[in-house]
Amino acid sequence: MIITATTIAIVIAMAIALVRAYLGPTTYDRILAVNLFGTITVLFISMFGFMTGRPDFLDIALVYALINFIATIAVLKFFEYGDLSPGRTPEQERDI
Amino acid sequence: MTIEIFIDILLLFMLLLTALFIQRMKNLFSAVILTGIFSLLSASLFLTMDAVDVSFTEASVGAGIATLLFLGTLAQTSSTESRPQRLPVMALVVVSLTGLMLIYGISDIPSFGDPGNPVQTYLSPRFIEVSPREIGIPNMVTSVLASYRGYDTLGEVTVIFTACVGVLLMLGRGRKRS
Repeated sequence: MIITATTIAIVIAMAIALVRAYLGPTTYDRILAVNLFGTITVLFISMFGFMTGRPDFLDIALVYALINFIATIAVLKFFEYGDLSPGRTPEQERDI
Repeated sequence: MTIEIFIDILLLFMLLLTALFIQRMKNLFSAVILTGIFSLLSASLFLTMDAVDVSFTEASVGAGIATLLFLGTLAQTSSTESRPQRLPVMALVVVSLTGLMLIYGISDIPSFGDPGNPVQTYLSPRFIEVSPREIGIPNMVTSVLASYRGYDTLGEVTVIFTACVGVLLMLGRGRKRS
């Protein structure tokens, strides 16, 4: 019962994060919202596994947590440098 | 069981909402961020339908690689959407027709998880009974993948190999030649 209630609460938290990602006045709010959404998805997977009687979903949740930060890092890098592969000097560009 | 259907409905509603948000976004950078949320929601839906491998592929490709590719494209172009010259009526007609055809197409497939499906009545029992003796591999998933549908797996591996070669040809040109 308590696990079901927790799962429903996590889904509601997903909806709140989604609203923040849409409204979010600045870009940083949106980046934070999508990062939060990834974390909530990890929580949802583990709670859903316990709710349906398959605790082995925990392993999948762990791998989700590992790949979750890649998109956030890419977005932040893009926002900081305006490009995905910064740090190349003009001399290096000429070699290519 | 009913609580799972309730969660499915909530997730599908949020998926629809995210699609509408993406469509309304004029700032493409924010739209890219919202597509990440869209694919995480689809991954959760695949997980509730027991397709763990599909869900995992969706999360890594949709939320990981596709976001990177979109951002790489945005770095080359501008990040605000330009106004369309005229209302794209033709595109709307094509999309509506395709959607109607898809809905018509799913109307006569067996329902999800039905025990009377052809795959449950004779295909799965046959694999379970015969495949260890017939193929000689104790793991049934491996024997189906590597032997019964071996040509299909060979085709998949060829596609992945071709994609890898293409990506390496496009990205790997930064190396300095001596």
